[in-house]
Amino acid sequence: MTTPPLLETSNLTIRFGGVTAVNSVDFSLKETELRCLIGPNGAGKSTFFKLLTGQLRPSEGHVKLRGEDISGSLPHEIARRGVGIKTQVPNVFNAMTVEENLWIAARHKHTPAFASDLAEEILTQLRLTGIAKREVGQLAHGQRQWVEIGTVLAGEPELILLDEPAAGMTHEEVERTAELILEINRKRALIVVEHDMQFIKMIAKTVTVLHQGSVLIEEDVATVLQDPRVRDVYLGKGLAA
Amino acid sequence: MDIAIIVGLDVISGIASLVLISAGLAVIFGMMKIINLAHGEFLMLGAYATVLSVSAGVNIWLAMLVIAPVFVGLVGVIVERCLIQFLYGRLVDTMLATWGLSLVIVGGTTMLFGNTIVGVASPLGGFSVGEYQSSLYTPFLAVMAILVMTGVWAVMRYTRAGLIARAVMQNPDMAATLGVNPARVYMATFGAGAAISGLAGGLLAPVAGVVPTMGAAYIAKAFITVVGGGTSILWGLITASGLFGFINQIAAFFTTPVFGEVILFIAAVVLIRMLPTGISGKFFKGRL
Amino acid sequence: MQKLNEMRVALICAVIAAAGVIAAPYYIDLFQIMQLTVFAAMAVLALSLGFIWGYGGILSFGQTSFFGLGAYAYAVAAINFGDSTGAIVMAILIPVIFAALLGYFMIYGGVSDVYLGVITLTVSLILFNLVNSTAGDFYKIGDARLGGFNGMPAIPTFNMPGDPGYILSPEQAWTVTGLALIVVYIGLRVLIASTFGRIIIAIRENETRAALLGYDPRFYKLLTFMIGGAIAGFAGALYVNWGAFVSPTIFALGLSAQIIIWVIIGGRGTLIGPVIGCLLMQWMVTAIGGQQALDANFILGAILIVFVLLVPKGIAPTVVDLVKSRLPKAKSDTANSNAKVKA
Repeated sequence: MTTPPLLETSNLTIRFGGVTAVNSVDFSLKETELRCLIGPNGAGKSTFFKLLTGQLRPSEGHVKLRGEDISGSLPHEIARRGVGIKTQVPNVFNAMTVEENLWIAARHKHTPAFASDLAEEILTQLRLTGIAKREVGQLAHGQRQWVEIGTVLAGEPELILLDEPAAGMTHEEVERTAELILEINRKRALIVVEHDMQFIKMIAKTVTVLHQGSVLIEEDVATVLQDPRVRDVYLGKGLAA
Repeated sequence: MDIAIIVGLDVISGIASLVLISAGLAVIFGMMKIINLAHGEFLMLGAYATVLSVSAGVNIWLAMLVIAPVFVGLVGVIVERCLIQFLYGRLVDTMLATWGLSLVIVGGTTMLFGNTIVGVASPLGGFSVGEYQSSLYTPFLAVMAILVMTGVWAVMRYTRAGLIARAVMQNPDMAATLGVNPARVYMATFGAGAAISGLAGGLLAPVAGVVPTMGAAYIAKAFITVVGGGTSILWGLITASGLFGFINQIAAFFTTPVFGEVILFIAAVVLIRMLPTGISGKFFKGRL
Repeated sequence: MQKLNEMRVALICAVIAAAGVIAAPYYIDLFQIMQLTVFAAMAVLALSLGFIWGYGGILSFGQTSFFGLGAYAYAVAAINFGDSTGAIVMAILIPVIFAALLGYFMIYGGVSDVYLGVITLTVSLILFNLVNSTAGDFYKIGDARLGGFNGMPAIPTFNMPGDPGYILSPEQAWTVTGLALIVVYIGLRVLIASTFGRIIIAIRENETRAALLGYDPRFYKLLTFMIGGAIAGFAGALYVNWGAFVSPTIFALGLSAQIIIWVIIGGRGTLIGPVIGCLLMQWMVTAIGGQQALDANFILGAILIVFVLLVPKGIAPTVVDLVKSRLPKAKSDTANSNAKVKA
């Protein structure tokens, strides 16, 4: 028997009222793979992430992590199985300092002292040492994004989901984020949702395109970017807007 | 056989009184998602309005059916303008403020009228089933409960105000873009809910000991009914009153009224574990 | 480092307070000592809500349920055991079990804040009605008659552990109650500074994020709710020890509202705030009790409304904010400010 993929969804579907936000998605991710997920607004990317993390329950279909069915598990149970997510809107502990945010994330698996060391390490890695004692609620949007990425890393997940990690960042920050993602990817699998095509080109190998809740195409980055259907989807969105 | 009829009447009157004491609360909860903790005091004010009007020589039907709801409805509008409107969107703070209001009304009524029981005689006689006696007032309350429900339904279904109310219930932001001022809708809702509570209080006056603290005797059941029913005003109220009224009366029949209330509460808590948004949150989502 | 300093300051304050508690009977007359004893018991109750609301983000409208259950559990156990030590344990245990059951259904059911408030309030209303209806010989637990609306008189007060013959004097009872308040305060400070404390604050700040990091918010909230129940139950035992009497009015709505008022006035997210709010209000209610013109409920209600509308953060945090804005360089090492969400 071959080992099952790290993540596998089959016929994954969710409906809200009459709207099918994610429609029969079959998706598979290998260990330490880096996958980019793109698609116009409303394509179902964030909803797809919420189904993977247990924030939403699928109407139909399954999510499997290393062959084990996790559809219907609660967010904390899925997190304990090694899935970490940076959500689209910064999702942090506002009344706590940067250091404390990372510490809480690391503390789940480690002793207090080790968690402090790990938090320290990530602060250095993300160049956040200067603002370690600041309250997160008082930081700029971009900085809070970094803090959230830090908390995700501190939880030491094996699969990391990043929802628009480069949004609202300066060009320099975007480049640093890309470097960071490639560095993380040496050990861990990632799925990255992003709009910024320049950013995608910096990091992507395989790209999955979602459109109206379904997988439109899944190919290597060069093929996807030249595919006329992808252009249509994005242009169509441009015309509609 | 006679006993079965009496128990049956008991169950019907139990359900009817749940509908009456909870309807005003349910209207405000359904529309504004807040629980009015001064609800018991609105009932009490309705009862006082009735008792005082009757002792001033007013006809009891006029006092119960007109003066009580109009007076408490006005109180509701004033409360909404002076207190609730400053706390829109702060659900828990609104509840705390209405709790404060509840204490203020109890304290104020005590200062004005003293802490003694007043009352009015029941305007209807009794009837007998075999060897059992019952009051005609019981079926009258059941009819009033049906009338209140029908009234709420008709207003929501057939009037412009009801249409606007339903729109705000579904989506306050959307309603605002259609030129409806949610603030005015909330004011009207709060007033209407208070008026219904006042009517219920007036109807209770002949069968309850009217004291400033009388509200506390009813609110536990009203809270359970509304929380169990969820935010659909009519469906939540009807299903929860039916279920809980039945459980309460049967349990009370075999034990004591107090244990009936305890069993009612346990049933409600178990229900909430399974349906955290109440019966209507699960089965009648988005309906009246 | 700063945290160590804060802990040290808190410890020094606690030692000074403890010395004050022990010295008080030598300087204050018995009547006032009795007064202080009930204030301290109520302050423990204030801490129970201050903890679950201010740190756990759980607003229980019926904290009197646990207070009253603790008081009745103590009364029944003390009468049956003939010794107060086991009775105090029961006064903590019974409310904890009750909090676990009630909390399980509410918290694991995932009800909203509004529902949680209403349900906890309803519990206290129903307990009031239930205990009120237990008059008569039928309602006996062992040797203890519950007494319905008449309450239970002549409840044995605290004795020296292991020596039921040695009943504590009112002065000694004060010392025990005053020290109990300090111990509960310090205990909660330590708890809040611990990993558990940080996790519950994290959950209060952002429940979704905490869950996505692998913490089960329901579990931690339930535990917080149970700790609050334990402290409130303990306060119930202290209260009965003061008056040797308990009646169903202990479950009354007015007291439920008062507890919330103490915490609102003092300020959420601090521990010293609720204690100060409680002492202030107790003192004021005692003062109002003497006159007839204004009804106590009326004043309590008015205070609640004014604070919700105008000072929603409470006195302690507002004062801290004021001091901080006036004196930007000042060391804010006071007990007030370091209790403020310094996880």
